[in-house]
Amino acid sequence: MKIDLILCGVGGQGILSIAAALGAAALRNNLYLKQAETHGMSQRGGDVVSHMRISDKPIHSDLIPIGAADMILSVEPMEALRYLPFLSPKGYVVTNTTPFKNIPNYPSEDEIMKELKKLPNVVIIDADAIAEEMGSKRSMNIVMLGAAAPFLDMPYESFENGLRDIFGRKGDDVVNSNLAALKAGYYFSIKNRK
Amino acid sequence: MQKLLLGDEALAQGAIDGGLSGVYAYPGTPSTEITEYIQDSKQAKDRRIRSDWSANEKTATEAALGMSYAGKRSMVCMKHVGMNVAADCFMNAAVTGVNGGMLTVAADDPGMHSSQNEQDSRFFAKFALVPVLEPSSQQECYDMAYEGFELSEKFNVPVMIRLTTRIAHSRAGVTTRETKKQNEISLPKDPRQYVLLPGIARRNYKKLLSIQGELEKASEESKWNKYFDGKDKSKGVIACGIAYNYFRENYPEDKCPYPVIKVSQYPLPRKMVEKMAKEVKEIVVLEDGYPLVEEQIKGFLAKEPVRGRLDGTLPRDGELNPAIVAAAFGIKINQGADIPAVVVGRPPAMCTGCSHIDMYTALKEVMQKYGTGRVFSDIGCYTLGALPPYGVINSCVDMGASITMAKGAADAGLVPAVAVIGDSTFAHSGITGLIDAVRDKSPITIIISDNESTSMTGGQDSSAVGIIERVCEAVGVEPEHIHTLLPLKKNHEEMVEVFSREIEYKGVSVIIPRRECIQKAVRRKKKEAKEKKQ
Repeated sequence: MKIDLILCGVGGQGILSIAAALGAAALRNNLYLKQAETHGMSQRGGDVVSHMRISDKPIHSDLIPIGAADMILSVEPMEALRYLPFLSPKGYVVTNTTPFKNIPNYPSEDEIMKELKKLPNVVIIDADAIAEEMGSKRSMNIVMLGAAAPFLDMPYESFENGLRDIFGRKGDDVVNSNLAALKAGYYFSIKNRK
Repeated sequence: MQKLLLGDEALAQGAIDGGLSGVYAYPGTPSTEITEYIQDSKQAKDRRIRSDWSANEKTATEAALGMSYAGKRSMVCMKHVGMNVAADCFMNAAVTGVNGGMLTVAADDPGMHSSQNEQDSRFFAKFALVPVLEPSSQQECYDMAYEGFELSEKFNVPVMIRLTTRIAHSRAGVTTRETKKQNEISLPKDPRQYVLLPGIARRNYKKLLSIQGELEKASEESKWNKYFDGKDKSKGVIACGIAYNYFRENYPEDKCPYPVIKVSQYPLPRKMVEKMAKEVKEIVVLEDGYPLVEEQIKGFLAKEPVRGRLDGTLPRDGELNPAIVAAAFGIKINQGADIPAVVVGRPPAMCTGCSHIDMYTALKEVMQKYGTGRVFSDIGCYTLGALPPYGVINSCVDMGASITMAKGAADAGLVPAVAVIGDSTFAHSGITGLIDAVRDKSPITIIISDNESTSMTGGQDSSAVGIIERVCEAVGVEPEHIHTLLPLKKNHEEMVEVFSREIEYKGVSVIIPRRECIQKAVRRKKKEAKEKKQ
């Protein structure tokens, strides 16, 4: 198996914690992993992307080749579109709907939605609303991870265990709220996959 | 179990396990996480490994050389442009040689993700005649730091480890080894080894030249350099460092028709290259950075065509990636959909609540009177003052250049001229320029926008905290022309008034708007709350 995943958003939205949970899940399955991150200046509110590659065979490039990604997982709707050249024709886009408007010329949200809905394989999810409904606004990221899980070739339990690995030292409450967020995202995708 | 580590972190762990006694560094993307990892490591603390930040890359390199002089294993880390600052010591350390093993880590940034150029540090190592290790994987980052000290001690030379952004900031599983003992303190056997008087330097330099053959032999035999045979001799491929990965992405070992040399240790294994040249029709060189190997082998091969960045087979500038390498071999890429026209750029921006914003808002208002083109700035978050809505600054060249460029422009008659510099950059390379300006009584106004942190690289401690006013006064700035302000919206009028008055003054004035970096404040408050809870 191999999963080539583009994780994207805006600096400060915390895509690296999704990457950490996925990484922990992959290690638990004894898989190979490479994950290239964006550090430095772009973290100041610029667009950020992480290339995450998981495979049962050794991985060469730290970067995903253009046109080869199995999924774009975005915590921001416009950012999901920015990386389309990387997506393979069979690949999925899973994106949050809440825009992050830190630029004066942010495009119309309707236009963005129109572009997203044109895509053949897409899940559009208001992860902020789902997280807020569950009383933990900060777990938007984990809702997104849950929404991606049905399309990633790893058992659901390994995502749960990945969360236990990275949140375990913060106590049971934090672990449980993240497990619930994962589940909510997961079932949303199952019901709404196109 | 393997540890999941960034290339930077793997290198740091390799150095710790390889017997490191001290790391010296100035923060700079993509090198910062090496030193941060050591600072946060319990193992490093237990082993009393020295790891605090240095004022700049030159002081860091000199301190690392001093630790090596005393017989211990030392490491100095910087981004590529830091090599320019460190060069004085780096070049001469090749001539002194080392006592304890010494590693110089240069993290290059091809593609300029977070830098003002994409210079290739391998040229510095070639210039200084010292070996380079260039990892292609996180495991090699670990192994090269672990074994690099021994290489340095064996040949009595500093060793460079050259990283690029993608290896520095990419994570993978790494297997660690047993921790070695640190060296005991010991003086160099020859008490004059480090005294570079011409007579001694000439002797040392001849020695350095005399070991070049052995260094080349070490590269030929290195486990990090490999020759893979291939049936199709129409091409041979030389792939250096991370470029090897991009090549293998297109041609995995079991599906590669061409002979390949993986290069991860320099000087270049010349015999391997000559062997390849004899067999193949042409050689394609893949290297992330400048065409160093390409130029070099063109020099020693008689007639074989060499393809690479110089003949347009690969782009002359920018970062390599799997697609660029594929194109060089005529492999067709199936690009995904185009980026829809609705997508706009999202440049980095100063954070909401940042003190630089209040400083620039006031400065912009004051400078309207004098017109554009008079504000020289420097390297830090405040460089974003060049972008809208501020558009205030007109330069960002190298660390500390704001003060000295303002001085030169003022000397030319551009009065008033203003410099905007951060606290950490001031400590790095601003103080010496300030001394020049005071000596000439240059009519410049220097704004030290002090957020008490090296923020752009993630909020490391700044060497300038608590000393700026005293330093300015000590080098001769008149006390009545040193002002400290609190940059807040409510103090806007006061800031405008002080800026206006001092810009009119025909001598050196220093204004210090001081407020803690907003990111650092958030982290500090979180930490304090956590400590209170416990």
